[in-house]
Amino acid sequence: MATMSRAEIFEKVRQSLVDALSVEPDEVTETATLFNDLGAESIDFLDIIFRLEKAFGVKISQDELTQNDIITNPAYQENRKLNAAGLKALKERIRDGDWATFEKDPSIDKIQSVFTVGTIVNFIEQKLAAK
Amino acid sequence: MRWIWFDRFEEFESGTRAVAVKNVTLAEDHLHDHFPGFPVMPATLLIEGMAQTAGILVGEARGFREKVILAKVQRAVFHEVVRPGQQVRFEARIEQLHDAAAVTRGTIHCGATLVGEVDLVFSHIDQNLGGREFPEENFVFTEEFLALLTTYRQRGTERIPL
Repeated sequence: MATMSRAEIFEKVRQSLVDALSVEPDEVTETATLFNDLGAESIDFLDIIFRLEKAFGVKISQDELTQNDIITNPAYQENRKLNAAGLKALKERIRDGDWATFEKDPSIDKIQSVFTVGTIVNFIEQKLAAK
Repeated sequence: MRWIWFDRFEEFESGTRAVAVKNVTLAEDHLHDHFPGFPVMPATLLIEGMAQTAGILVGEARGFREKVILAKVQRAVFHEVVRPGQQVRFEARIEQLHDAAAVTRGTIHCGATLVGEVDLVFSHIDQNLGGREFPEENFVFTEEFLALLTTYRQRGTERIPL
C-alpha cells in the first residue's frame, strides 16, 4: 500500500467511528475521547477494531490496542488498578491520550477511557509503518 | 417456554455461512398482540432469529468451546413485514472471525423477497473484558442446547453436516 498521510488515515478512522458509534462526522476530532465525547461503550471497541481492520487491511487485536502486556503485568498493578510505574509505562506507549479521568481512577477495566481519536490515528499510523 | 427462533438449518458451511428457516404461525401467542387484527413477526425477533443462526455458526467455527454472546447489532434494516403462514429464511455469513470476537452479515428473505438485513458483532467473552473471569461451564452452549443441535442436524433422512 502506498504511504498514507495522517490526514488520509484520520478520514478513514473518522468514517469507521461515524459508522460504529452513529455520531456526526464533525464530532470526530483528533482530541475527542471515544467514551466521554463520542459515547462509546466498551463493547463498541470490538466493532471499532473490526471496522479499522477492514478499512486499513491490517490485523488488530484488542489486547494490542489496550496495551494488555502492560495492564496485565503484575509489577504494574495492585488490586486491578495501575500503580505509578504502570501509569508511566502506559503514558509512554499511548500518545495523545486523555488522562484526566483515568488518573483519578486507574482501574484497568477503565483503560479505554484514555482513548481519543488521535490515539487511534497514531496506532494505525504505527501499524501501517510496520506493515 | 423455549426461546428458539428458527426451526431447522437448510445449509451449513462450517466457518463460512448458514441458512436457517422458520415457519411463522398464529399458534405463537405474541402475534395476537403484535398487532391485534394485523399480526406481524416483531422485527426484534427477526434479529433474534438471525442472532441464533449466526451465533451457532460462530460457535461451531470454534467447536462450541467459546461462550459466544451477541455484543452489538451493527445494522438492522427492514423492508417488509413478515406475516403468519410465511416462511422466513435467515442467511448468515461470517465476515471476520477473531480469537476474541466475530462479525456476521445476514439477510432475511420470505421467498424471493428481501425482508431485512442484519449485521451483528459477537464476543467470545472469555477472551474479552480485561481478563474478568466467567464460570468455567459453557452457559451459552449448554447440554440442552447441544440436544437441540441433534434435532437441527436431522433433515428428513438427510443430515446437515454440522
